[in-house]
Amino acid sequence: MLDWFTYFADWVTYSLFKLSADSKFADAVHFFIEDTAKILVLLIVLIYLIAVVRATLNPEKVRYYLQGKNRFLGYILGSIFGSVTPFCSCSSIPLFMGFVSARIPLGVTIAFLLTSPLINEVVVVMLGSLLGLKFTLLYISIGLALGITAGFLVDLIKGERWLAPFLAEQYKRDDAAPVLEYQDKVMTLAERHQFAKKEMLTIFIRIWKWVVLGVAIGAVIHGAVPAAWFGEHLGDRQWWSVPVATLLAIPMYVNATAIVPILESLLLKGVPLGTTLAFCMSAVAVSLPEFMMLKQVMSSRLLILIAAYLLVALSLLGWLFNAVNF
Amino acid sequence: MKNINVYGSGCKNCTNTAELIEKTAKQLQIEIKLSKVSDLQAIMEAGVVSTPAVTVDGKLVHAGSVPDVQTVKEFFS
Repeated sequence: MLDWFTYFADWVTYSLFKLSADSKFADAVHFFIEDTAKILVLLIVLIYLIAVVRATLNPEKVRYYLQGKNRFLGYILGSIFGSVTPFCSCSSIPLFMGFVSARIPLGVTIAFLLTSPLINEVVVVMLGSLLGLKFTLLYISIGLALGITAGFLVDLIKGERWLAPFLAEQYKRDDAAPVLEYQDKVMTLAERHQFAKKEMLTIFIRIWKWVVLGVAIGAVIHGAVPAAWFGEHLGDRQWWSVPVATLLAIPMYVNATAIVPILESLLLKGVPLGTTLAFCMSAVAVSLPEFMMLKQVMSSRLLILIAAYLLVALSLLGWLFNAVNF
Repeated sequence: MKNINVYGSGCKNCTNTAELIEKTAKQLQIEIKLSKVSDLQAIMEAGVVSTPAVTVDGKLVHAGSVPDVQTVKEFFS
């Protein structure tokens, strides 16, 4: 089905613009047209569909489900809910406090908050359309595993010691946690459509320019930088390229959307999968503004530990995937 | 007179919500007392999990998004 976009790009590049098929420039133009068209169309359709399905899921409902669950089941559920629950990133703090006040273990809350940006609909749709199903499933499974492990580790080191005092207090109290109530919202199909339309428009308006920018950079790399250069500089023989990629990705939180098309052209040039995965996940998960915001509810010590965990875990993953050569 | 609180950490959506409520109340000529609550502890104690959230006379009526005009009108009834 995705072939349509290739035919469309063929037609525009070779028939409409009359570019010669063997020039590097035509190659880059073709890459740009095919990817922009493919990503934008798929984003519109899939974000709408995803939103229709999850319209009734919200943080309040998740909190209700997670309260009082077994700790280990909680890490798994927390990660899964984190990946599918829609919420505005400015809600991270209230959500964090809301979970803590319901005495959901801190690890479960962290598992939720870490997977949430890592597995979001935009990144998943883009990965799926550009890098294929195998890479996307791999990405999602690793994302969940990262969240679950982080949750387990945070509770293992008793991370709640390092919360802001008014939150740490919640876990020290002897009285039973307040019992939550949740009234499930019933939504008609029309209401779901309204929700999905609004969600899709908001996301589309926010990201379309980043998609175009990312694909443009990807197209330049595709057409202009020889594959041999990457083999020499970012190949799997340079062990240090993985941690460097992980670190370099930190400032890229600015827009993860722009990164995926660049990654596609890097992979095509032979940059190893592990390095690419580590870069991609680091860019999405380690967001400076998010970390600054979390400083209101936890000490820098806990935050630094979480950031260090992510960097170490991603480097290990990168090396592993480079070694097994998927 | 209705006591309306808008809970939020001061992000754009929260400001928009407060402005929308104010504007709609003025249009309908309803007198309200609107407060923006950004203190973290107060947000937690109100039981708010996703922002922007709105309470009317202490009762949580909306959370997680900027409400549409129709929803805002229902706050006043």
